[in-house]
Amino acid sequence: MLEIRDLVAAYGPVTALRGVNVRVPQGTTVTILGANGAGKSTILRAVSGLLKPTHGSIQLDGERIDRKSAASIVRRGISLVPEGRQLFTALTVEQNLRLGAFTRSDRRGVREDLLRVYDYFPRLRERMKQPAGSLSGGEQQMLAIGRALMAHPRLLLLDEPSTGLAPFLVRDIFQIVSTINREQGTTVLLVEQNATLSLSIADYGYVIETGRVVIEAPAHELRENEAVRKAYLGY
Amino acid sequence: MGGIWQRAHVPSLAWLGVALLLIIFPPWLAGGYRIFQFTFVVIYLIAILGLNIVTGYNGQFSLGHGAFFAVGAYVTGALMFHAGAPYWATIPLAGLTAGVVGFLFAIPALRLSGLYLALATLALAISVPQILKKWESVTGGVQGLVLTKPHSPIGALTSDQWLFYFTAVVALALYIAAWVVLRSSVGRAFVAIRDNEVAAEAAGIPIARFKTLAFGMSAFYAGVAGSLSAFVVAYVAPDSFDFLLSLNLVVGMVVGGTGTIVGPALGAVFIEFLPSYSQDVSRAAPGVVEGVVLVLFMYLMPTGVAGFVATAGRKALSLVRRRTADHAAAGPVTPTLADQEPRAGPGEGG
Amino acid sequence: MREFAQLLIAGLSTGAIYASLALALVLIYQSTEVVNFAQGEMAMFSTFIAWELIDKGMPFWAAFALTLALAFFGGVTIERVIIRPVEKASVLTIVIVTVGLLLIFNNLAGGIWGFQLKTFPSPFPSGTWQVSGVVISQQSVGVFGVALLVMALLAVFFRFTALGLAMRATAMNREPAELMGIHTTWMLALGWGLAAVVGATAGVLVAPIVFLDPNMMQGLLLFAFAGATLGGFESPGGAVLGGLLVGVAQAMIGNYVSFIGTDLSLTVAMAIIVLVLVFKPTGLFGQAAARRV
Repeated sequence: MLEIRDLVAAYGPVTALRGVNVRVPQGTTVTILGANGAGKSTILRAVSGLLKPTHGSIQLDGERIDRKSAASIVRRGISLVPEGRQLFTALTVEQNLRLGAFTRSDRRGVREDLLRVYDYFPRLRERMKQPAGSLSGGEQQMLAIGRALMAHPRLLLLDEPSTGLAPFLVRDIFQIVSTINREQGTTVLLVEQNATLSLSIADYGYVIETGRVVIEAPAHELRENEAVRKAYLGY
Repeated sequence: MGGIWQRAHVPSLAWLGVALLLIIFPPWLAGGYRIFQFTFVVIYLIAILGLNIVTGYNGQFSLGHGAFFAVGAYVTGALMFHAGAPYWATIPLAGLTAGVVGFLFAIPALRLSGLYLALATLALAISVPQILKKWESVTGGVQGLVLTKPHSPIGALTSDQWLFYFTAVVALALYIAAWVVLRSSVGRAFVAIRDNEVAAEAAGIPIARFKTLAFGMSAFYAGVAGSLSAFVVAYVAPDSFDFLLSLNLVVGMVVGGTGTIVGPALGAVFIEFLPSYSQDVSRAAPGVVEGVVLVLFMYLMPTGVAGFVATAGRKALSLVRRRTADHAAAGPVTPTLADQEPRAGPGEGG
Repeated sequence: MREFAQLLIAGLSTGAIYASLALALVLIYQSTEVVNFAQGEMAMFSTFIAWELIDKGMPFWAAFALTLALAFFGGVTIERVIIRPVEKASVLTIVIVTVGLLLIFNNLAGGIWGFQLKTFPSPFPSGTWQVSGVVISQQSVGVFGVALLVMALLAVFFRFTALGLAMRATAMNREPAELMGIHTTWMLALGWGLAAVVGATAGVLVAPIVFLDPNMMQGLLLFAFAGATLGGFESPGGAVLGGLLVGVAQAMIGNYVSFIGTDLSLTVAMAIIVLVLVFKPTGLFGQAAARRV
């Protein structure tokens, strides 16, 4: 479904990616692991159109999207849950969710999705009239995911959803991501530092260091891999 | 970020020579009205130089320097009209009064940055004619004050020619003074504050003192310019100091280039001669041209003409140097408005 | 007491005009962090277009509607063509560009329509009502009503429509707004278009009172700035209240403080701006927390 080839990207003079190849097949959950500053987030920024790569290509179902604007990439079915959540803090929970569905005109579908998001995250239903800025960290992450789901994406990109959350909340959230992948057939590309949890819900994983993919393998193999265990799983 | 602003270096002797040539020749080449225009070029030059000190060198934006110009003009006007003071004697007082007003205005303005300072100074400029009209006993109200035009003490010179030389000498003195101040530690403090206020403060520069000083000094220059204009025109009236005057000075500064010491001369020529040439087309033409010029300069030449020439010259020079010698010449970089105070992009908030 | 009520009504009526122009300023500031110094001149130019249409025989309200449409189109175009290239430049660059626009519109209007005063027809009857001794001019009620209606429509737009919400989202945080599929650059242009519409409304409403000429908006812009500053540049509701307050204050001071009268009204506006900026830079209704750094 998503095919990243030889991706090179830079922030001004700083090169963040030096030729990355990643494949995300339809319906799967793929995770990208790596330390801080390894370039994980850059991949997602490039896929979602926030950053124009200097070299290489990104294809969605065979169509090149690496020169498209972020807004038109959303319309093609890719939604990003950005690092740090990036909510519209002065707007209410419900307004945030409605903005997630900005590109859609099927009112009924939107209403169904809104109910589904509330089912996944009952806390959001309780707080739908509150400003997003008043939510707790975990609730904000739920809202960020819910907002992305409101676009009814075929491919959901998640950038470090575990950041700053208590372990039990992280587990809940990963659980729900896994459910969404199973129930709705939404393809997931997950970028994380928390390798244990992400490998537990992923089908395939990549490890990147200083802008390059150093290991790639099915998730269960990565869990067994000596180097990955040492570096990222901590046992 | 703003570190590429550097003090413009001035090949001093060359410019002094040019200044002298300009001073010696025009009165003999040109007829009556032309001399008057040249005199006004010099007056605008002083005012723009002043604006440039506070905006170009110190980074505080003023849309209201016409107000200080007006203060200077009215001090001279009132002293000459009511007290019969000789014109030349009023200049220091006019400048100082304007300087003090500027200094006082700068104290509350210390708390304002960029946009808000522009707003406050614009408000000052818009309200000045009203205050002048109101204070009738001193200012003569709407009618203004009619002054006697100074006579030339030298028989060979007409009154207009004399006034040209007189203003030119004042301008030269102020030019040199500005040059000295801006090259001194005071000038370095101005620039340091403009480039990075936080860093300047951390380096122990008393921000408030230097910002008010820059504002006061700048207003002093505008006040002297206003004082000169009062007796050159031999008339002061509130409506000659509307906020379009302030905008004109900004235009002059932008055209000449901010943060350079040559720029004001070019800017002054522009704002004095543009109207007289384009007015033939229509009364509205000068304003339209000025507006278009402002916008275009921001797109094409944010460093102004002086900066543009300097940059182009340096590029050519470094090209030559690169061919002859193999060391990169890191010449002084011309300041641009674009470097100043980068805005927080809308995406960085939240 | 009767005099007071009368002044209050007059003040609210002019205040409503300031409020609309203040709202226009805040709309642009909120979505783009630009204070549009040409806002008043754009409004003046629109008003001249309305005058031209009426002069050519178009009925008032039709001319008004057409003018608003043209103002919208003009505002959008200006943003796309003139502001866009300097969008990421420093504050000062943008201020200078809008000052350039101010000069262009001011003189263009003078060049096309001349610099002398013109009368502008009022859409409202010139009669008055008497309510327990207080004389209320139908003109001022009409002005107040139309200004309020425009502002109410805007409030509904921003609160309840997807487009309005998208504009607010863009103003708050641009990158995630793009991730929602919002074409944020168009939202900024739309903001300029709406501001131009609100400004044009203010111009058409005020023109019958102050007469039409290229410089009519300079004083008005200052009062609007005072209103926006008083209410807070971050708060559209605050700007409206601020504008109304400035209008009422102007009427009261003009009548009760004989030294100031109407001669120093602009000076009062300046004093309001400077004092508020110095002592409460966020305005009466802006929250410090909402400030973007």
